[in-house]
Amino acid sequence: MPRSLLSMYQRKTDRFDEMIAANGEVRPSWQSFFDHLNAATPEQMRHRLSYVRQRILENGVTYNVYADPEGTDRPWELDPLPLILSAGEWHEISSAITQRARLLNAVLGDLYGAQTLIKDGTLPPALVYGHNGFLWPCQGITPPGDSWLHLYAADLARSPDGRWWVIADRTQAPSGAGYALENRIIVSRVFPEQFRDLGVQHLADFFRALQDNLAHLAPHENEPPLIVLLTPGPYNETYFEHAYLARYLGYPLVEGQDLTVRGDCVYLRTLTGLRRVHAILRRLDDDYCDPLELRGDSALGVPGLLQAVRAGKVLVANALGSGLLESAALPGFLPGACEKLLGETLAMPSVGTWWCGEPAALEFAIENLDQLVIKGSFPSQRMDPIFGSELVGASREELIARLRARPQAYVAQELVDFSQAPAWSTKHDRRLLPRGVALRVYVAATPAGYVVMPGGLTRVTAATNARYISMQRGGSSKDTWVLSEQAVSTFSLLKKLVGKTDLIRSGSNLSSRVVENLYWFGRYAERCDDAARILRVGLSRLVDAGADAIPALISALDLCRSLKLLPEADSKAGVKAIEASSAEQRSELEALLLDAICDSEWEDSIAGNIRRLLWVGTQVRERFSLDNWHALNRLQLQLQRYSKVRPEISDALAFLDQMLLASSSLAGFAMDNMTRDDGWRFLIIGRRLERLIFLSDAISQFLRLDSTRAAGSIEWLLELTDSIITYRSRYMAQPELLPAIDLIVFDDANPHAVIFQLQNLIRYLTRLTRALDDTQDDVLRPALARLQSFDLGLLEGLDFSQCRNCDPCLELANALNGISLASATLSDRLAMRYFTHIGDVGRQTLTA
Amino acid sequence: MNLIAARYHVVHETTYSYESPVSLSRQHLHLTPRDCPWQSCLAHQISIDPEPTHSRSRPDCFGNPVRQFDIEAPHSRLTVCAESTIEVRPHLPMGLDGQAETGFQSDWLAASPSWEEVSSMLAYGAAPVRLEANRFLFESPYVRVKREFSAYARPSFTPLRPLLCAVQDLMRRIHDEFEFDPAATTVATPVLKILEDKHGVCQDFAHLMLACLRSLGLAARYVSGYLLTHPPPGQPRLVGADASHAWISVYCPSAEGGGWVDFDPTNNLLPDTQHITLAWGRDFGDVSPLRGVILGGDAHELDVAVTVTPLENGVWQSSG
Repeated sequence: MPRSLLSMYQRKTDRFDEMIAANGEVRPSWQSFFDHLNAATPEQMRHRLSYVRQRILENGVTYNVYADPEGTDRPWELDPLPLILSAGEWHEISSAITQRARLLNAVLGDLYGAQTLIKDGTLPPALVYGHNGFLWPCQGITPPGDSWLHLYAADLARSPDGRWWVIADRTQAPSGAGYALENRIIVSRVFPEQFRDLGVQHLADFFRALQDNLAHLAPHENEPPLIVLLTPGPYNETYFEHAYLARYLGYPLVEGQDLTVRGDCVYLRTLTGLRRVHAILRRLDDDYCDPLELRGDSALGVPGLLQAVRAGKVLVANALGSGLLESAALPGFLPGACEKLLGETLAMPSVGTWWCGEPAALEFAIENLDQLVIKGSFPSQRMDPIFGSELVGASREELIARLRARPQAYVAQELVDFSQAPAWSTKHDRRLLPRGVALRVYVAATPAGYVVMPGGLTRVTAATNARYISMQRGGSSKDTWVLSEQAVSTFSLLKKLVGKTDLIRSGSNLSSRVVENLYWFGRYAERCDDAARILRVGLSRLVDAGADAIPALISALDLCRSLKLLPEADSKAGVKAIEASSAEQRSELEALLLDAICDSEWEDSIAGNIRRLLWVGTQVRERFSLDNWHALNRLQLQLQRYSKVRPEISDALAFLDQMLLASSSLAGFAMDNMTRDDGWRFLIIGRRLERLIFLSDAISQFLRLDSTRAAGSIEWLLELTDSIITYRSRYMAQPELLPAIDLIVFDDANPHAVIFQLQNLIRYLTRLTRALDDTQDDVLRPALARLQSFDLGLLEGLDFSQCRNCDPCLELANALNGISLASATLSDRLAMRYFTHIGDVGRQTLTA
Repeated sequence: MNLIAARYHVVHETTYSYESPVSLSRQHLHLTPRDCPWQSCLAHQISIDPEPTHSRSRPDCFGNPVRQFDIEAPHSRLTVCAESTIEVRPHLPMGLDGQAETGFQSDWLAASPSWEEVSSMLAYGAAPVRLEANRFLFESPYVRVKREFSAYARPSFTPLRPLLCAVQDLMRRIHDEFEFDPAATTVATPVLKILEDKHGVCQDFAHLMLACLRSLGLAARYVSGYLLTHPPPGQPRLVGADASHAWISVYCPSAEGGGWVDFDPTNNLLPDTQHITLAWGRDFGDVSPLRGVILGGDAHELDVAVTVTPLENGVWQSSG
């Protein structure tokens, strides 16, 4: 029997330990889980840890860190051991927090209405009228069902005596519920037997209740309600969660520019036109939601949204203006407000809070600075907490001067010693580490009142003594297991309140913006791929440039130039008359090709195209796997290094291979793993259309150029179109024009042939227009007919090495150009018809 | 005793010319004069070209009338013309014309409570809570509360000085020390920069004065309105005519008519029948005459013309 895990668990005895009671014994609610852990082998635990890591990577659970210069997503941190709470303990928390939700909802109703709490002196006016979060134009608006708060979260901590305290209220747009859900899905699979045997309460009903209530209260006027999740966009730190929740709840994920207000109603711009939106679950801060009436500098909002709310045509959750309650000063006044508004005693205390706007509180704060932490009264101050005990000398005097000069702006708070819970060490084989924990609990409004999610997001400090809990600063998280006394579903009654018209609409309400970004993602991905292919042809011939490879090198470079894939270099004139044996000219050519790859200044370089690819990809980040994403990021990082130090040719060739690999795995992912909705169709259409344009232009130019008559050219053309293997398997001889053209233009069984691309594209377009109930654009069909009418027999017996601008070559080249032109026209028409115009953001105007 | 009420006809025309068509325009107008105890709007209409797709009127959270509309059809030009007939009755103590420093006026100002007393009435914990004044006591988007402003105001706010005397002195100093210069600032110029650079326009002076008063714990609001374009013979033409004008109103519990007294730092006078009140709020942002969001348009040109014409004098029967 190995040593007990407890022998190495170095808990601090001046804190409450969630697992170990004061007498040193394991608490009853933890006993069976602990026994299991204690009996688990190191191999079992290693396996579990790697399962957690793997799931997080595969599911792409990330957390964006603003400060990260690379702007890359950081994987979410999750400790496999849950925080376990007994049913009795949970009951106490749950009833206290539902009371608090009722109270805060009533406070919002009062402050945006009669303001009796201010009139009777319960709340200082400064905390309302002096708070940026008080949205003046929202006064007098009553939300549907008097429900300001639909989703509320409270941060709780436990003091050494075992009591829970509220340390912060999240009323704006609480984050983390989606992470809690993801934690649950992972951890319940790490410990499936324990999860089942302990009767851990499930989370799904909570989200169902939230959804039902939104559908129930949304002013949907007998239409099925359309509910959307409004995000500030991919640069937000919790964007993963927005995308995750949107998917989980079945709501379209939208940004401000996807929505528009017409008259008093809100609409979503979709592929098929405007669709009325009845409710908005927002993750965008309320002051950014409407540049017309709220912050005029917001480019993220929806102009006119507030009027739609005022007219009662849309439900916004949480109500606009609810950020008002996110003030560090407010908790001190809640006991009074609770008596006044609910006639009840506040059940769970807030951490000791003194608002310095009261002269006595200010003096108290200054006298007891060592035991207190000073915070800004309002979130807009963006002030980091200052620990009084850490200040000496001048900095202490300076803080006191600041407090005295503008006391209203500061709050003094008691220091909270977090309770500790065991975390599994990732460094040792079998060890529990004591870590500070705080619990974020979530409350949802339902027609039957507020309900608490039985569980929550447990946040873990990075070290035992840490005083902050912040995912931004390297903290971790845990699943939270609430044990049940008996299985009781509290939601059985609720369902009856949801009528037929409340049913949640499924299916795709893809915004035009998402579709446009996917389309361009397809085009840029293919553009990178094409450029990599042709530059590889050039580079590889430069590497082993025996004298006989030189004519082929020259023709390949000619084609690159005519397709505008090489920078307009000074040496332009020089290349024609190249004597590539001259070392000087070789290095000139080499530089030219490397520029075409790495020169980020030059728009059409591969670096430029990768940058654009990443940009549009970021806008629809949630549709790709983390693997895809990392592969693209690696390419860009590599290019950034190359832009400083030019690579060797062999490295550049390896890079191009790597790029083609990433591109083909991206294409494979799109074919195998993406849902085939309209967005997917546009991605594939973008990709096919780009390839069609490239192929037709490349082959057409090939036929027109003089230099391609040189030996070795047809061979690289086959290589460029990825058809060399097929060719060799059919014809054992040196490549000739007629069979080559047949293979890469007319063979509809060759996936790299022009005609294959063209027919495929027409097929996708037909399916798309059928899905969208739209009329088909027939711009491609005449181009196809013209190509099909070309008589291949004309090329029979033609000596390509001798012909110059002969009729058959020109006729075929023109037909191919026709295809390229028709494709470009098609692209414009798709844009006109289906896309919003990204970047067309509303601008504020003011007159003096 | 009869006092002369003034009647005015005001035409306020605003034209935007856009470089490229605007596809969607939503606008909020603060162009309808509010009624006050000393002012009535006798006739009013707003014409908008092109014809709005939707339009409605409602009061804002300060009680000002707001007209809001949107235009969903593409347009390259937007004209909004507000016409109002307004009667303004004298409301300063009898016999004052607001400009001359008569003994009577000084007495009236001197009879106001000390500024410290007023400030303490507004502090948290004082009863009763003066809700309306409290709304104009704190920072707002264009008005900061900072030590720099209270320091500037301090020479006027000597210990126990009657509030209105102190405010009048602050107004005089701003008028004397700051240069009126339309080229020096924009709506985006921060009020601290106004204090540093010592020039600006009527809005800037109003914001500065508000910042000074609120930094001392006093309640003060921003007033937007008009001045007579061509003054009666023999009287000077006031600065700020031909455009919308702005001044401030300070909370003084002893004053009649709701406890607010107007001061115009641009002209160094107490507004009476020459000032037409349009709207008030915490600062310019609450009452901008046209506030809108447009899609498209690229660059635009803005043309604003205000004409205030006096009508034949009305007669007002004083109850005193």
